[in-house]
Amino acid sequence: MFPPLPNPSTRPGPPRFGEQDLIRRSASEVTPPAVRQTAVAKLIDTSKCIGCKACQSACLEWNDLRDEVGVNTGVYENPHDLTPASLTLMRFSEWENPETLNLEWLIRKDGCMHCEDPGCLKACPAPGAIVQYSNGIVDFVHENCIGCGYCIKGCPFNIPRISKTDHTAYKCTLCSDRVAVGQGPACAKACPTQAIVFGTKDEMKQHAAGRIADLKSRGYDQAGLYDPPGVGGTHVMYVLHHADKPEIYSGLAKDPKISPLVDIWKGVSRWAGFAAVGAVAAISVVHSVVAGRSRVSRADEENAEQLVDRELAGRSVGPPRGSPGDGDGSREHAP
Amino acid sequence: MSEARRREEIAPGDDLHPGDPVVIDRYTTDARVNHWLTAASLVLLALSGLALFHPSLYFLTALFGGGQLTRAIHPWLGVFLFVGYVGLFFRFWKVNLWTPTDGSWLAKLHEFLTGHEENMPEVGRYNFAQKTVFWFMGLFILVMIGTGLVIWDQYFGSWSTVEQKRIAVLIHSMCAIVMICIVIVHVYGALWARGTMTAMLKGRVTGGWAWRHHRKWLRELAADKADRGSTTPAE
Ligand code: HEM
Ligand code: SF4
Repeated sequence: MFPPLPNPSTRPGPPRFGEQDLIRRSASEVTPPAVRQTAVAKLIDTSKCIGCKACQSACLEWNDLRDEVGVNTGVYENPHDLTPASLTLMRFSEWENPETLNLEWLIRKDGCMHCEDPGCLKACPAPGAIVQYSNGIVDFVHENCIGCGYCIKGCPFNIPRISKTDHTAYKCTLCSDRVAVGQGPACAKACPTQAIVFGTKDEMKQHAAGRIADLKSRGYDQAGLYDPPGVGGTHVMYVLHHADKPEIYSGLAKDPKISPLVDIWKGVSRWAGFAAVGAVAAISVVHSVVAGRSRVSRADEENAEQLVDRELAGRSVGPPRGSPGDGDGSREHAP
Repeated sequence: MSEARRREEIAPGDDLHPGDPVVIDRYTTDARVNHWLTAASLVLLALSGLALFHPSLYFLTALFGGGQLTRAIHPWLGVFLFVGYVGLFFRFWKVNLWTPTDGSWLAKLHEFLTGHEENMPEVGRYNFAQKTVFWFMGLFILVMIGTGLVIWDQYFGSWSTVEQKRIAVLIHSMCAIVMICIVIVHVYGALWARGTMTAMLKGRVTGGWAWRHHRKWLRELAADKADRGSTTPAE
């Protein structure tokens, strides 16, 4: 058993991290702090979860969010998907183990993974709407959010949701406000089986190793830790009894990474775009210098007058000087 | 046959007034209003879109009252642009159809670019380059509204998958760049050929301008005028 975080003192004190600890800030450059804070992590042990949704309730409660009353479609998920109010969601899947022919009820607490390399932050166009602290927490800053939905396209886990009320994006904050005053996340606090624990990332890995050894001793050969390297590791990790098949846990990504489309969109396309516009502008300038402007001369005006006069006088005269005739055959097709 | 052939380059509202200089009505007030509203929405779209394209341009959101408003207004401007261009399209699609002259014109493009327009074949109401701008602008606006609707999160967020949205936003931003390039060429062309701006500002051009740049159109207008008698306007 992992010792739960002791309740911190209620005496007011300075927050444990803040602006000065940012290692990434969307659409901005930051100078990373000289000293990084100890990386934190939340560990979710799917083998211990009983699907009681205490974490879901605690999340609504702590963040003072209320979701709409939904409809029952005969499945356990409630609501049916993450929403701007439900920042975490228990996902249930029934899986028949082909080796044992046992029906396994796999329950996974879904929510932001707090990626070390966050796709949401990479995609975000609004300066400071998404920030990453040196302890690993990725947070959305609502006053800077413009509600464009780019974070949704950037995220490899399909997590952020845009509120129809205030048009800003919402996701799990890893209870950054609680962690800042020495508390653990609300969900971890509420979990009755300690399936959710919180601490430093190293502690969590150690604790997970113990859990995995235990699971293996019980016949779960493929038990393992989900800390996907494709996104640089995550600050929310899972212990899975079938770590070789994360997708059976309601579609947990096997090898998540930021989509190459997002890399192109946020990388080469920008430079190619600026280069193209710059090139066309430059060519225009060069052309105007080399070729000069095209001017209508007095002779042009006189030619036009003669042409019009001839037409109005009965079209009896031949073509004007130096140009092909009227019926020059340059448009042969029927109208 | 020759009667009908002669009028292919004439758009509704075109008229020729003999005199010194010859004055030609090229764009009606309706057409000019349509053009400038469309142009304004395109410029505003480019500015509001570019604001989200790269952080160094995010300051452009100030023009629209902040990031939230920029995000909200941009797609509506897009709808406005689309409607505006549909208007321009139905006004001018006919005079922008391909003709064999366009081929011979293109073959002599170097003469045009080096300012020797007198060596070019006579062109009608629009030359090959103008027609290209017309069709490509239309094509890109279709692509922009198509991809724009896919990434219009506020109303259509649930209509597509995340992967489709990723593809759409990439196409949208790349095609925006191409469109901005087309606009630069379009504006440059209008400034480069002196006397062209008055066409879209006042609706009129001189006979000399038409002689120089759109002689076939001038011939048709004159012939049309002759057929109808010098007092009745064409069409
Ligand atoms: C024709 C209809 C159009 C629609 C419906 C549309 C819609 C959108 C939407 C929904 C976005 C995401 C940001 C937001 O929600 O405001 C966007 C981004 C953008 N739009 Fe449009 N748009 C249209 C036309 C245009 C045009 C004509 C241009 C430029 C010439 C343009 C340039 C851009 C750019 C540069 C972005 C940012 C892409 C990025 O972040 O990389 N859009 N558009
Ligand atoms: S899971 Fe998605 S929302 Fe959370 S940090 Fe990673 S990319 Fe961002």
